[in-house]
Amino acid sequence: MKKNRSTTTATPFWRDTRIIPILLQIVFVVLVLFIGSFLFTNAMNGLDKLGIEFGFNFLPNTAFFDIGENHIEYGPQDSYFRAYLVGIVNTIRVGIIGIILASIVGTIVGISRLSKNWLLNKIATVYVEIFRNTPLLVQIFIWYYAVILPLPLIEEQFKVGPIFISNRGTALPWFNATSGSTLWIILFFVGLITAVVVRSRLMKKQIETGNNTRSGLWSLTVFIGTLIIALIVTRTAPFTFDNPSINGRLFEGGYILTPEFKAILIALVVYTSTYIAEIVRGGIQAISKGQVEASKALGLKNSTTMSKVIFPQAIRIIIPPVTSQYLNLIKNSSLAVAVGYPELVYVSGTVLNQTGRAIENITLVILVYLTLSVITSIIMNIFNKKFQLVER
Amino acid sequence: MKKNILVLLSVFLLASIALVGCSSSDESTESSLSVLDQIKERGTLNAGVNGELPGFSYLEGGDYVGFDVDFAKAVAAAILGKAEAVEFSPLTASERFTALQTGSIDLLSRNTTWTTSRDVDLGLNFAGVTFYDGQGMMVRADSGVNTLTDMNGMRIAVETGTTTELNLADQMAKLNVAYEPVTFDNQEAAIAALEAGSVDAFTTDKSGLVSRLSTIADADAYKILDDTMSKEPLGPVVAGGDDKMGDLTRWVLNALIQAEELGITSENVDSFLDSTDPVIQRLLGTDGNLGEQLEVNNDFAYQAIKQVGNYGEIFERHLGKNTVFNLDRGLNDLYTNGGLLYSPPFR
Repeated sequence: MKKNRSTTTATPFWRDTRIIPILLQIVFVVLVLFIGSFLFTNAMNGLDKLGIEFGFNFLPNTAFFDIGENHIEYGPQDSYFRAYLVGIVNTIRVGIIGIILASIVGTIVGISRLSKNWLLNKIATVYVEIFRNTPLLVQIFIWYYAVILPLPLIEEQFKVGPIFISNRGTALPWFNATSGSTLWIILFFVGLITAVVVRSRLMKKQIETGNNTRSGLWSLTVFIGTLIIALIVTRTAPFTFDNPSINGRLFEGGYILTPEFKAILIALVVYTSTYIAEIVRGGIQAISKGQVEASKALGLKNSTTMSKVIFPQAIRIIIPPVTSQYLNLIKNSSLAVAVGYPELVYVSGTVLNQTGRAIENITLVILVYLTLSVITSIIMNIFNKKFQLVER
Repeated sequence: MKKNILVLLSVFLLASIALVGCSSSDESTESSLSVLDQIKERGTLNAGVNGELPGFSYLEGGDYVGFDVDFAKAVAAAILGKAEAVEFSPLTASERFTALQTGSIDLLSRNTTWTTSRDVDLGLNFAGVTFYDGQGMMVRADSGVNTLTDMNGMRIAVETGTTTELNLADQMAKLNVAYEPVTFDNQEAAIAALEAGSVDAFTTDKSGLVSRLSTIADADAYKILDDTMSKEPLGPVVAGGDDKMGDLTRWVLNALIQAEELGITSENVDSFLDSTDPVIQRLLGTDGNLGEQLEVNNDFAYQAIKQVGNYGEIFERHLGKNTVFNLDRGLNDLYTNGGLLYSPPFR
């Protein structure tokens, strides 16, 4: 190469297209490192001047503060680390429930926006335009102050069947494990997997032979069969229902949704579902009209056309942008601190305040959100691969 | 095209070097300047306050007023000779220490409790106690709750990042009372939840409760329990690692207390200027060089007293008998009247 250049002599190295990109990369890396190290040493100098030592050794110290909603064992005598775990579990809780609900609501609203029913169509449009175009924090406040807090007091609670609604929380009936619950769960999954395997085998056969193998019916039979086996083996129900009751000013039993959790959950679901609705609508509209016409020509029902022809194609377009919305939902849950739901940022804020270790705490929060986001995108990418068009 | 990129790149490179160069030179001058020198150079004092706590610091007609605000003004008067030369920043409980650590404020005058770990581990310096307080509990008057032990199973609102939050956990564990903490980032939300009945109680320093009660529309519907859950010595805080600002703040506070003890007020301070009492001469700077030792003018105490008033005047103006809070001096009286206020000697 060197020889080659010296014989032609015409191009100096800074105009050589083979060298310029490499040179630019080097310059870029040097710049990033330079700025990064400057910022880091600056921060360290600042801490040094204040007499604070950088490090994560505060994490095993006793927290001394309590957290209202803990879904793992936690008390004021536990460590800061444990407090962080409580916050992470709470973030994951609102994230997972939020993602599931937002997907359901979003899909329904998205399809409704394409409906020929004028009223349904307009309601969906108004829903999307209102909730997509106002700031999330404002919505959280409105749900909390204007919707949740004015609910009746617990003494005058509102009762729908076994569900209690009050401004101190909503109590739902919940499952109670029985002696056979573990076995039930195991057999449930065994049945589910067998049913899926049976279905895909029969589907394959149907495609090869062209005969209807009744794959759905067979797999359902297999699944129900396992559940009957489970019933015979355990001789109990998989779980019993635990109905909530009120004792004084407290709920007992059941599953309690606190006002703070409800406010942030509703706000996140409503806000994110509007974006998902638009993505679903876009995905469906992107499928060429010919597909609908072709399935009509084959005599397929409207519902079959949607579920077997349009949606499987639309889902390919839908998944990547929806993944971004899921990530947004998880990250937006950090706004819950405004209404006192103890998620990650809230716990980190409290720990920061008790320990004064700003850089360490912010680093931890960044790492946790990064991990949660990466895991979510990995899962969604697996889905994405599965639904991608396989070209032969 | 490529040439353009190269030119652009070299400009960017030079700019960034220049930028880094600037900021590092900035940093070197800053590190040689103490906070006190920076304030003098800037001509204003940056003070952090609560901003939402009537009596202590709140907005009235576009200006912050209150007990904590006046203390910051006294410090400004001592350093710069102008009580009005203060830039106030409202801070939440969880923002306050970071603001001080990063130097965005010089003085935190925001009902902050003096604790060991804050003093040592947070890199802060507490300059003394401006207000001796204790934590209290506010409940609905018709709730039937009279002491903390009646509070089993209640939802209690508390502000995040406060010593209050820790005391609550401590006290309830000691009394073996089960409760559910609902922790808010701002008092407004906590009060809204209390008013709606979503939580049963709100806990913070007693002075804070009295102050809050003055803003609640239906104040008669609430009561403050007699229990005092903790000691809350509230005081001004400055950044650690730089003693000058801490020393100055401490001695401004002492001067305000000393002035009350000597009967010197903003009204009559001028008449003391020709006093022959050496204690008064040293305090007001007509003799000796105590101000110089603190690296401010010798008349620093005179300026603070003249422009803002002595401790008693500040207290009465914002919290005392003629205000809606009608607070007793209690522990916040001079030691000669049975309180805890006691200034070390000026000499």
